[in-house]
Amino acid sequence: MKLTVCINHVPDTAAKITIAADGKNIDKTGITFVLNPYDEIAIEECLRLKEKNGGEVIAISLGGDAHKETLRKAMAMGVDKAVLLKDDSPRDSFSVARALADYLKEISPDVIFFGKQSVDSDDAAVGTMVAEMLGLPSVSVAVKLEITNGAAIAEREIEGGKEKVQAALPAVFTAQKGLNEPRYPSLKGIMAAKSKPIEEKVPTVAQPKVEVVALRKPPSKSAGKIVGTDSSAVKELVRLLHEEAKVI
Amino acid sequence: MKIIAVAEQRDNKFKKSAFEVVRTARTIADQTGGEVIALVIGGQVQTIAGELGGYGAQRVLAVQQPKLEKYSSTAYSKVIAEVLKKEQASVVLLPATAMGKDCAPRVAVKLDAGIGSDCIALKAEGENIIATRPVYGGKALTDIKINSAVKVFTLRPNVFPAGMSNGTAANVEVVDIPLAESYFISLAIETTQASSKLDVAEADIIVSGGRGLKAAENFKMIEDLAGAIGGAVGASRAVVDAGWRPHSEQVGQTGKTVSPSLYVAVAISGAIQHLAGMSSSKYIVAINKDKDAPIFQTADYGIVADAFEIVPALTQEIKKLLGK
Ligand SMILES: Cc1cc2nc3c(=O)[nH]c(=O)nc-3n(C[C@H](O)[C@H](O)[C@H](O)COP(=O)(O)OP(=O)(O)OC[C@H]3O[C@@H](n4cnc5c(N)ncnc54)[C@H](O)[C@@H]3O)c2cc1C
Ligand SMILES: Nc1ncnc2c1ncn2[C@@H]1O[C@H](COP(=O)(O)O)[C@@H](O)[C@H]1O
Repeated sequence: MKLTVCINHVPDTAAKITIAADGKNIDKTGITFVLNPYDEIAIEECLRLKEKNGGEVIAISLGGDAHKETLRKAMAMGVDKAVLLKDDSPRDSFSVARALADYLKEISPDVIFFGKQSVDSDDAAVGTMVAEMLGLPSVSVAVKLEITNGAAIAEREIEGGKEKVQAALPAVFTAQKGLNEPRYPSLKGIMAAKSKPIEEKVPTVAQPKVEVVALRKPPSKSAGKIVGTDSSAVKELVRLLHEEAKVI
Repeated sequence: MKIIAVAEQRDNKFKKSAFEVVRTARTIADQTGGEVIALVIGGQVQTIAGELGGYGAQRVLAVQQPKLEKYSSTAYSKVIAEVLKKEQASVVLLPATAMGKDCAPRVAVKLDAGIGSDCIALKAEGENIIATRPVYGGKALTDIKINSAVKVFTLRPNVFPAGMSNGTAANVEVVDIPLAESYFISLAIETTQASSKLDVAEADIIVSGGRGLKAAENFKMIEDLAGAIGGAVGASRAVVDAGWRPHSEQVGQTGKTVSPSLYVAVAISGAIQHLAGMSSSKYIVAINKDKDAPIFQTADYGIVADAFEIVPALTQEIKKLLGK
């Protein structure tokens, strides 16, 4: 089984975000970039599918040289091969999806995994866009997946419940937390990943369709009112919620 | 500007987001002098569709087929794209729900359109729309403009007004979109409701518990408070990782993003990843015994005390107020 996983390199979720002087980007100084947390879950799922069904796992990332770090992390987790689609130009979910789809078409995998969303752009679009570009079925926000005889039954999260979806392979999946617990790279894996080559390709990346007009910090909220420090405050809190906030 | 507003229904009942989407389309159309066409997709939706007129749709289109009873990523997106082409509309609004977020990327590809996901504000600017959306887990906001001919936006639920406009009941047109078998290559075969419980992503009031509650069984008092106040139960990641609560209840950067009117954080420290999921709530109450807990920086009202003392008392007081 040929398994592929598309991974992104994003600011650590704990990073403090400051806006760059151009007012359109973040200031990257001092920010640690990591493998996108949802993509870690996607990698784990591919590794498990390989362990069960045999085959190989290929990780793909579109971006500049910095993305190599994330590809190495994927290899340290156990991915067989890493491909960098090297391009550092501005992109949106559409242009990323198109470049990934072009490459995926060349290698025709059985399973294509994504994370549910990148925690930088929070678009949650690339995976399903690729599915549409390749004319493949897809299951987004998957929390459970079973593959037998070339057919997948997956569960996805919907409001207040779950939806069971059926799709024949090849198919696209986007990973949601709950699908699995990603493994930590072993020391052996980390060492091995250091010497494994990363294949580099130059993709054609189209002009983004989405233009950033401005990037700004959300209006800052002043710290609220401490209503009290024991249960005598409860009455006052309920009064405030009822009369001032009018939410109950 | 001709706008297609996709109104989501489940079991032939509109979701609140359906009204938000139609109403927002109306607001934009009023600013640009455009037309709002609401679109309802399902098994047999003709009978419910008329209601959307009251929210500002001039026309309501119902696309119905037994096979569309259950959601299909491929078929629903095909219907939306076909309707847009037929009507020569230039904007599609969808809710940023499990359905809308899944459908929108496919619609965008079919129409060679850029996409603005999970928007929290839309503003007409000449012939274009400026959309505001949270990025970096809500740590920043971005204003975007889509430069393709067709533009696709999904709207974060609970953020846009859902009230009726001065519109009247609109005529419902049943539209036939032929769908070959190949358009059902992804198909939901079964939907299970987790329970009759309200989902955090849709609830207007949420009571969330954190690691400070010390054990799964102590969530009983969170459930009681949520029950009394008519809200849903949420959880921090620490609690979900400990297996005390299901993943579906996790609020935060790697959980659900919520914008209820009231968010009560009980024994939650207020880590940046938790705030990412709930800081856009209208009112935030924090109950934490540590006065330096970061959650107090975001909360509107706080009580610095032991949750085991406060929460049951709060439940009682709310029951009293609501006459329960
Ligand atoms: C990649 C990544 C993604 C993440 N995503 C998320 C996410 O989506 N959602 C999320 O929530 N977290 C997320 N986290 C985890 C986050 O960093 C915190 O670890 C987590 O939110 C802490 O949960 P907590 O507040 O319940 O626990 P703690 O931080 O342990 O806080 C417990 C609080 O309870 C208080 N307390 C203790 N006893 C009592 C009592 N008797 N009465 C009142 N108060 C009491 C304490 O003072 C303390 O403030 C993520 C982390 C990473 C690295
Ligand atoms: N530059 C990239 N390279 C490879 N995969 C990506 C890239 N950007 C996004 N993805 C994948 O698409 C998913 C959704 O991203 P997004 O639509 O940007 O939220 C991510 O979880 C990744 O799996």
